[in-house]
Amino acid sequence: MLEQEHSLEAIQDIKRMMERSSRFISLSGYSGISAGICALVGAWLAHPYVFGYRHQLINTQASLSSGPGLLLNMWLFWIAAGTFVAALLSAFFFTYFKSKKEGIPIWGNAARRLMVNVGLPLLVGAIFLFKLFQFGTFGLIAPGCLLFYGLALINAGKYTLAEIRYLGLCEIILGIASLGMVGYGLYFWAIGFGVLHIAYGLYMWNKYDRTSRN
Amino acid sequence: MENIIDQLNKSFDSRVRLGIMSALMVNSEVNFNELKELLQITDGNLASHLKALEENNFLKVQKGFVGRKSNTTYTITKVGEKAFRSHLSALEKMIRATK
Repeated sequence: MLEQEHSLEAIQDIKRMMERSSRFISLSGYSGISAGICALVGAWLAHPYVFGYRHQLINTQASLSSGPGLLLNMWLFWIAAGTFVAALLSAFFFTYFKSKKEGIPIWGNAARRLMVNVGLPLLVGAIFLFKLFQFGTFGLIAPGCLLFYGLALINAGKYTLAEIRYLGLCEIILGIASLGMVGYGLYFWAIGFGVLHIAYGLYMWNKYDRTSRN
Repeated sequence: MENIIDQLNKSFDSRVRLGIMSALMVNSEVNFNELKELLQITDGNLASHLKALEENNFLKVQKGFVGRKSNTTYTITKVGEKAFRSHLSALEKMIRATK
């Protein structure tokens, strides 16, 4: 009986070590919730510009050549950039705290691999979306964000807690659905980056963070 | 019962060694500091366990530098992988036997 318990313990040890060393498991549920809230605030700020209640351009005298100059002259771009940075910082903040509390190093092999595998699809997506913007295909930008982000999350599933794949899958489904309803992109964007993040964050908090405190 | 216990590899008796091997099974290479943080043990303790595993030919050591800091990385060998796998199935048998 003692031998059996010893073996079980050893196997649990092995499992924990394999997981700790290969996956980034400190991703906090709060990170999802805070990123979702940032996205909802961003969508709310963007709303009057997207639907034409306010002028798109910051400097209305500037020329309308479609390049990086135009992008930098748009309110929407700065709202989007601000939302992205705020979401990233708040997500990082909670995850940093969690890894501190659990004594897991935040910057190791696992974190590096996660960053590379999430970053690559996002970078490709950003280049592609900029091209869409240059060609004036604005209606495809919100679906594009959802699709590339979904692919990045599915890729992330191998390097962090696996549930993130389902979030990725939902983003892709939403992205495809919004392809059929161009013009309502902001609503889909708000659901995908706001509501889904919050739902995912609550689920993960309930599953991991809450029990780990007891 | 006696038989199964014999199949358990003596080199993996310690939790530290089992931990090192587990980490090496799922990572192409792991460096000294990562192992130290993972297992939460002292340099000397980790070094002696690594030495023992190296002497058994279970892992390969590569000494290198990152900038000016020395960076020693460890990789599992074919022999080590095989030994770890049979240790795992011995553990499994042990649990089954007492069921």
